[in-house]
Amino acid sequence: MSEHESTYVPKTGFERWMDSRLPIIRFGADYMSLPTPKNLNYWYTFGAILAVCLVTQILTGVVLAMHYVPNVDLAFASVERIMRDVNGGWLIRYVHANGASMFFIAVYIHMLRGLYYGSYKAPREMIWIVGCVIFFLLIATAFLGYVLPWGQMSFHGAVVITNLIGSVPVVGGPILTWLQGGPSIDNATLNRFFSLHYLLPFVIAGCVVLHLWALHHAGQNNPVGILIPKDRLAKDTVPFHPYYTVKDGFAIVLFLILFAVFVFYMPNALGHADNYIPANPLVTPAHIVPEWYLLPFYAILRAIPDKFGGVLAMGGAIAVLFILPWLDTSKVRSMRYRPQMRTQFIIFVLVCLGLGWCGAQLPDAPVVPGMPSFQLFDGQLNSYLWLTRLFTAYYFVFFLVLMPWLGLKETPRPVPLSISEPVLSGGDALPAGAAAQAEKKG
Amino acid sequence: MTESVVNADGEGQDATRRDFIHIAAGAAAVGAGAMVAWPLINQMNPSADTLALSTIEFDLTKVQEGQQVVIKWQGKPVFVRYRTAAEIEAARSTPLGDLKDPQADAERVVEGHEQYLVLVGSCTHLGCVPTFGTGDYGGWFCPCHGSHYDTSGRIRKGPAPTNLVVPEYEYLTDSRVRIG
Repeated sequence: MSEHESTYVPKTGFERWMDSRLPIIRFGADYMSLPTPKNLNYWYTFGAILAVCLVTQILTGVVLAMHYVPNVDLAFASVERIMRDVNGGWLIRYVHANGASMFFIAVYIHMLRGLYYGSYKAPREMIWIVGCVIFFLLIATAFLGYVLPWGQMSFHGAVVITNLIGSVPVVGGPILTWLQGGPSIDNATLNRFFSLHYLLPFVIAGCVVLHLWALHHAGQNNPVGILIPKDRLAKDTVPFHPYYTVKDGFAIVLFLILFAVFVFYMPNALGHADNYIPANPLVTPAHIVPEWYLLPFYAILRAIPDKFGGVLAMGGAIAVLFILPWLDTSKVRSMRYRPQMRTQFIIFVLVCLGLGWCGAQLPDAPVVPGMPSFQLFDGQLNSYLWLTRLFTAYYFVFFLVLMPWLGLKETPRPVPLSISEPVLSGGDALPAGAAAQAEKKG
Repeated sequence: MTESVVNADGEGQDATRRDFIHIAAGAAAVGAGAMVAWPLINQMNPSADTLALSTIEFDLTKVQEGQQVVIKWQGKPVFVRYRTAAEIEAARSTPLGDLKDPQADAERVVEGHEQYLVLVGSCTHLGCVPTFGTGDYGGWFCPCHGSHYDTSGRIRKGPAPTNLVVPEYEYLTDSRVRIG
């Protein structure tokens, strides 16, 4: 798949002239003719969907920056002015605000797809690692952006998150002051957050180029998870265009429908009412929670009774993704052929959703109201605190124990020799149900 | 033997002089890079006007017994609380062994002004503003992550590691303090 023969032939005089100077048309044409595994399902369309998300966020963001004022006295009012007075401003802001949520829906599905089909394994480690860098930048950008409207949640979210850095022993305090530009979150902080919020999406765009470069160099993974042998290349691949431009395009349209439902019918469903109250440093909202996409990490933070320990656990939850290619010891990429790992994967997805649910609850609240419980160390057993701890433990066990251990212990099902085999040979290498299920999932 | 071969044609000595130039040039580039980077990093530290807003004065007669006034100092809330006799008694009678961050009540107030408790109103966990009167220990409760503080602002329960900070302040007169 990688470094395929260029089939582009310049037709016009201009194309020939360009081709010997800046072969950018050849680059695009080669991209379109790229041999792509013919068995990619709809889970593989989220890369293209994410590209749409990034472009949407950059376009709407650049436009919003023409009206937004990064000053503590004016920021909130300038956002309200965008909503009320700027022509179509409400639409642009709602697209941008909901676009962040859409971005995270897509990125989480994209990551889980990579996890399920083993897309992080050799020779694709760098695709995965660059992807993790993009994910981290995405979190940072989303957080910085959420501070800009300077509402109550913006302000106190910024207080809490910057204080995480302050918990680092010895250097934490000076770094916190440096980051905030003063003894507390104030105008200096808002200004630099705006500057960085504008910068990071372009850094992400740069990383996306690296992500795609690595992808096309190592070659696209596929649901069967095998490398396509050279002699099967013609039979097992199709050109990217029109096969996947159309498939991606169709998925993008479906995704945009979901996007539009949020923007036009429930634009504030994913936000918090408190953020429509101007920031007040003297009063913290009674129930402070981050945006939904950060809730699982927030839950992990709260699960640890020690302040710095909580920060380490939260950081570790992201850091562990970077070393995943070396934690997984299995030689089989796709979990289609790893029944035990597949079960664990389903539990893992449920645990991540569970962590998100726990992150939105008060730690002391009972999980099952009225159920008798007892005090276990620092909290009632029947509380979100202990449920969160259970989920947090599984999150790390999944990566640090199950990944290395199951890979060695589990006997995978026979892996087909080619990606056509499961379809054409009547499925003796793969139970008929499994292929059908993959279709259903798409 | 190998060393003498390297040096035999004289090139080895040229190489060492060239190595020196390489290392010196490399070191100069790193030093210059650091010198360029420093102003770009340092500009993010608090500016002169931010640092200038470092003290504030407050008239204690504005607080009635049992009341708390919240003032803003360096962008952070400061609680000035006129404690009732019962609250002072509760703070004093707590054995130090019960405390996560042991500190006697007397160390947290100015002698002769024990009724006035002055605290930085930022939870020592992650900086939220605790509210008075809702905690398990008669003092403050932080809504963000559930830290409970007693009537002396000392941490009793929850994730916060230390007591609410008592800022540096002094009594200018019997009823006037300067914080900072």
